[in-house]
Amino acid sequence: MVKKRIISVIAVLLILILLLYLATLILMPKYMSVSKEGALISEYYTEADLGNTHQVIFVGDCEVYESFVPPVLWNEYGITSYIRGSAQQLIWQSYYLLEETFEYESPDVVVFNVLSVKYGEPQNEAYNRMTLDKMRWSKIKADAIKASMTEEENFASYIFPLLRFHSRWNELGAEDFRYMFKRDKVSHNGYLMQTSVVPKESDRVGEELMDYSLPEIGFEYLDKMKKLCEENGAELVLIKSPTNSWKFWWYDEWDRQIEAYAEKNGLDYYNFIDEEGVGLDWSRDTYDGGIHLNVYGAEKMTLYFGKILSEVYGVEDLRTDDGISGVWDKKYDDYIKAKEGSADKK
Amino acid sequence: MAFTSVEFICFLAVTVLLYYLIPKRTQWPLLLLASYIFYFLAGGWYLPFIATTTVSSYFAAVIMLRSSEKEKNYIESNRDNMSKDERKTYKAVQKKKRFRILVAALILNFGILGVLKYTGFTLSNINSLIGFFGGQDKISVPSLILPLGISFYTFQTMGYLIDVYRNTTTAEKNIFRLALFVSFFPQLVQGPISRHSELASQLYEKHTASWSVIAPGALRVCWGYFKKLVIADTLMVAIKAIVESPAEHEGMYVVYLIIMYSAEIYADFTGGIDITIGVAQMLGIRVTENFNRPFCSKSTKEYWRRWHITMGSWFSDYVFYPVSICKPMQKLSKFSRAKLGAAVGKRIPVYLATILTWFLTGLWHGAGWNFIVWGLLNCLIILVSQELQPLYDRFNNKHKALADSRGWEVFCQVRTFLLMGIIRILDCYRDVPLTFKMFGTVFYSFSSWRDLFNGSLSDLGVSLSQYAVVIVAIIIVWAVSRKTEEGALFGEKLCSRPLLFSFCAAGLIAATLIFGSYGIGYDASQFIYSQF
Amino acid sequence: MDKLIEILKEIHPDVDFETENALVDDGILDSLDIVTLITEINDRFDVSIPAEEIIPENFNSAAALYDLITRLDED
Repeated sequence: MVKKRIISVIAVLLILILLLYLATLILMPKYMSVSKEGALISEYYTEADLGNTHQVIFVGDCEVYESFVPPVLWNEYGITSYIRGSAQQLIWQSYYLLEETFEYESPDVVVFNVLSVKYGEPQNEAYNRMTLDKMRWSKIKADAIKASMTEEENFASYIFPLLRFHSRWNELGAEDFRYMFKRDKVSHNGYLMQTSVVPKESDRVGEELMDYSLPEIGFEYLDKMKKLCEENGAELVLIKSPTNSWKFWWYDEWDRQIEAYAEKNGLDYYNFIDEEGVGLDWSRDTYDGGIHLNVYGAEKMTLYFGKILSEVYGVEDLRTDDGISGVWDKKYDDYIKAKEGSADKK
Repeated sequence: MAFTSVEFICFLAVTVLLYYLIPKRTQWPLLLLASYIFYFLAGGWYLPFIATTTVSSYFAAVIMLRSSEKEKNYIESNRDNMSKDERKTYKAVQKKKRFRILVAALILNFGILGVLKYTGFTLSNINSLIGFFGGQDKISVPSLILPLGISFYTFQTMGYLIDVYRNTTTAEKNIFRLALFVSFFPQLVQGPISRHSELASQLYEKHTASWSVIAPGALRVCWGYFKKLVIADTLMVAIKAIVESPAEHEGMYVVYLIIMYSAEIYADFTGGIDITIGVAQMLGIRVTENFNRPFCSKSTKEYWRRWHITMGSWFSDYVFYPVSICKPMQKLSKFSRAKLGAAVGKRIPVYLATILTWFLTGLWHGAGWNFIVWGLLNCLIILVSQELQPLYDRFNNKHKALADSRGWEVFCQVRTFLLMGIIRILDCYRDVPLTFKMFGTVFYSFSSWRDLFNGSLSDLGVSLSQYAVVIVAIIIVWAVSRKTEEGALFGEKLCSRPLLFSFCAAGLIAATLIFGSYGIGYDASQFIYSQF
Repeated sequence: MDKLIEILKEIHPDVDFETENALVDDGILDSLDIVTLITEINDRFDVSIPAEEIIPENFNSAAALYDLITRLDED
């Protein structure tokens, strides 16, 4: 009798766990046709598992994954790179993603986009999810979650995402079943391609703020990031991607604080907003009226920044290495095909 | 720490595990510790209040116990040289002493409850009175803290004191044991209001883990969560939408509210009690049932014997009967019988006691006129149907076939369900005139019935597929309640068939996790790229 | 005992109190009856039935009720 009980309970428990696991796979958002940026974080692991390492790692928010094109960086300068970007990636998330990246590889240069320094506290639950859900489990992920949770969230729902996404049973679509076990690739080494053109129209500038001082915690994480890079033998480069919209304005007051910080800590900081050498044309190089660059703008930005990477930081040209070339030339071909395919559709 | 939180489930798992791992004589101290941790996490400021109730009741009970022991000894040793009358007088004097102690303790504890729960209500009523008479200097209404479950633990503990006074239970000589009886965590939030003679000894017994103790308890907990999360919390969204904008939700929506709120509150309250009883059961403790298929009731009186049973019996044992047979009432009864005739005279004490009982029952539910009016409406229905009883009896005797038919039974059940449902919406609107106005719209706002078919119902925040799930869940709850006898909800029947048992438990867990309304809720628009 | 039956008959003339033993459980006596009954008994037997004795076991039959009265008178 006791044996029968134990066996039944364990058997049914296993079935339950399996069912809940499958339910979780079905119910979690797939980010395959809308909000593709939600699928960015997980793609890194595919690359890392193949053993591909990179000379340059970008971390940050949309201003990195929409502004730099790793295949172009390869094609022009022979530099291998990966963008660990995600939507509204907060600075502590960037820090933990970087820490995790160092577990897989040792890049020469780490590029961080400073926009997120402006946020002093967790912002938006949905964006937290996009960045954190698909990170691989480790102490680093747990730390990242703890640093990012908003008031309404709880840790358990990251361990069991079913607790968070269960109510999607109501709105499941074919996509949820098709992508239960696999995902399509959405990015080119972390670059999310946007080919449409929506020119910038208004000349409006950012609204005045009450207080321009950047939150203390942002600088604390910059310190930590700097230390982390030093320990791992990488050079940390701070940048501000070019944007041109009143909605996400980068104030001069902020810029001066970053500038001062960089100087004090012996870091390099490049603000590309007014950098004419990039050659941006805001009537055709943006897909959303100046907030982000489209693929044409991103290519220009990549060409400009690639030069800095190879000339200032001496990042080696690896095009002579046959093994690496094989992999990366294919990446470039895929990129060109995707770009043409996407342009054809229009 | 709400029952429906991950924290509570973890807390519960740790408590149950420790409970059966530690030496058995430390089981009840562990429960006490767990209860105080539970209460502390609900609000640290609550502890002094529950401690005051515990300490004052402890001393009151012990003093009463000493007094009756002394009385017994005195009578034993002096039995031969005391006449029957002398004995009676001596006893009466002693009893009076005990009565004073009891009253002092009751005043203190109900005083705390009254001040914390009703000061705001009383003062704002006084203010409106002052305003009515043109006064200007209004009293400022302080915002006092209201400790979690204070009504429940106060009532349970005062019941204990009255029982000690009445000698129907033994006074607890260990203050920590009493503290556990007052604060036993599964029933702290929403009852049931247990009797000391039924609950206390179980709390201090040694309990051994076994399949037949833990399994049915765990299943009952799952059942409670299922009712609460799948039915109650889903319907709550629609109910809120109706109540928050009454002007747009007249007529049909009010009827809808009457039915849905009945389902919601049933699922929420009985679900909560299922969790309470299930948790206690997992600890080897049987807590009194608080519901017995209330919606099967054929009359309001019967309904109140089946719904929130422990509260109803508390009021009947400690308010209704004592008041209706107390000396002044008997005098009043005799007097009025002489003056007004037997029929009226005998009713006076009962009516007065009934009105008082329902006034207090209403007030107990909350500090607000809506609760008082609700209580008095219950009272009105009960008294009217009591007066109509002879009429019913005559009708039933004449039409025996009809009265015994299933159809008549169903008619009575539906009538009681609707009656209770209608007055219950006072609890939704929490505003007496508004409630009456909204109920009035049922009789003239006929155009609102179109919304039943044009899809407007899903505008209330519950989608059609969610309604489908709720309806299936309600059917399951109904089917289960038909199958089970009073008390033995899942009984030990299911757990003697482990495979079936496991499937039921797993099904409930899976259904609750997926279909339950909890957590942040997925809103696809949040995830749509919003320029970042 | 006869005095008690008499009181009961005054309340419910149609019930056979000699044999009926589920007066409360079957709903023959409701709260109104019980209160009236107690008033009458207290009056005619010179006892005082306290509230704690109002339990179904004491009111289910005339015999039980009579036992209660005797017990209250005894001690």
